Amino acid sequence: MSLINVENLKLGYDGKCVVEGITFTVNEGDYLCIVGENGSGKTTLIKGLLGLIGKLGGTLEYADVLSKNHIGYLSQRSEHMADFPASVREIVMSGFLNNRSFGFRYSAFEKQTAEKVMAQVGISSIQKKNFSSLSGGQQQRVLLARALCATKKLILLDEPTSALDPIATSEFYSLVKSLNKNGITVIMVSHDVTAAVRNASHILCLSQAENFYGTTHEFMHSETGRRMLVSDCPCDDCQHLSCKEVRFNA
Amino acid sequence: MLNVFNYSFMVNALIVGVLIAVCCALLGVVLVLKRFSMIGDGLSHVGFGALSVAAVLNFSAPLYFSLPVVMAAAFFLLRITQNSKINADAAIAVISSSALALGVFLASVNGTNINLQQYMFGSILSISETDIAVSIALSVVVISLYVLFYNKIFTITFDETFSGATGIRTRLYNTAISLLTAVTIVIGMRMLGTLLISAMIIFPALTSMRLCKRFFTVVVTSVCVSVCCVTAGLLTSFTCEGIPVSSTIVLCNLLLFAVFSLLSVGKKLINKKKSN
Repeated sequence: MSLINVENLKLGYDGKCVVEGITFTVNEGDYLCIVGENGSGKTTLIKGLLGLIGKLGGTLEYADVLSKNHIGYLSQRSEHMADFPASVREIVMSGFLNNRSFGFRYSAFEKQTAEKVMAQVGISSIQKKNFSSLSGGQQQRVLLARALCATKKLILLDEPTSALDPIATSEFYSLVKSLNKNGITVIMVSHDVTAAVRNASHILCLSQAENFYGTTHEFMHSETGRRMLVSDCPCDDCQHLSCKEVRFNA
Repeated sequence: MLNVFNYSFMVNALIVGVLIAVCCALLGVVLVLKRFSMIGDGLSHVGFGALSVAAVLNFSAPLYFSLPVVMAAAFFLLRITQNSKINADAAIAVISSSALALGVFLASVNGTNINLQQYMFGSILSISETDIAVSIALSVVVISLYVLFYNKIFTITFDETFSGATGIRTRLYNTAISLLTAVTIVIGMRMLGTLLISAMIIFPALTSMRLCKRFFTVVVTSVCVSVCCVTAGLLTSFTCEGIPVSSTIVLCNLLLFAVFSLLSVGKKLINKKKSN
């Protein structure tokens, strides 16, 4: 079932266009990676998808099951979080807020869900700790847990590994992959094209010249994909004759 | 000590002081954590300019003039801070010093009508019945806002983008907080003066953040710190005649900040020893 349908979308600030001609579809269970050079409009697209900025043209449709209250968003960490006085639990629980108008206490169900989510991303043991005392990788897990509290269907991740060391990065990717296997649809913005093709099911590549959208396999054998990937395609399919031809011709 | 309550101006000052202390602490936690501390400072200077203009125009109640002006300024300053194209802290510094200059200029041209010293450093004698009424209303609004929307205030303060993305109306909350800050500052200015009112907003939050590591405890401790400092400052200024109350309140805040900082260093040392 398609959750998000984007056609020829045009986005920008103050009437000035930043990206245009974006077309893609996100189906339930997909893992879409949005890649592209700096300044190609990746973060602008995320803001558009979240409704933080209005569109300048084209269509952007959400499935009825996906109201705004059902998108979990993992933002880029901002610097003022560094000394923010809050426990891990407080932050994770704050993910539930979009589903209520006001109130001081959380329900028993929400507490239970939070416990489950914290176990899922492996932060149960540190839930009483202070957020600012955690490592970058742990902080990112906490924010992921908060996003999961806000959603049951779709999470949007904006360059989640940009401040992580290689080990924390690969741990984070496998965590997201396992969430995706459990049925959560993932949209991730990333610089890291190599990791994107390893994990994602679909790739959207933004570029000044021409945008690419397709499955990961199609991306790896496209002109854009070959330009961006330094290494050879690692997939099994590439043993096939047609792919060899593609490589030979290139 | 008991004879403090025999003087009606002292009772008025204590009522307004404690209420403003509570509001300052509650709003201050949000402003400091959101890196909006400069807004408080800017607003107090705009308030000074507005009071001078009101005096020149011979308003009988300058409060009714300065309140809307400072609220408009709060709205404007918030917009500046959120607009990434403008260098916000520089813009706020320019606005606040211009407002201060205008105020001093008008006060001097106008001559004897305005007591400059009183505007700059405040006075407990200038507190009127209206101030009491406005500060009671203000603290009721601020406290109920905090109790009803505590969780939302936490989320927006921690991560505005996330809150906006998941459907919380962040703009509405930001505007409410800056407008309430404007009212707090205009009332608090009468007692603490233009130059020192921003300390009331910034100090309690900073002091409590030395020791407290959870948002809830930071909020509660800030309120306690703020109320203690105002009460102690008022009583000190009452006992030692001639010392402006603003200076004693700010110095009390500084003292508590130093104590909390020392305690936090001590706590860290103990934790280190434990882990060794």
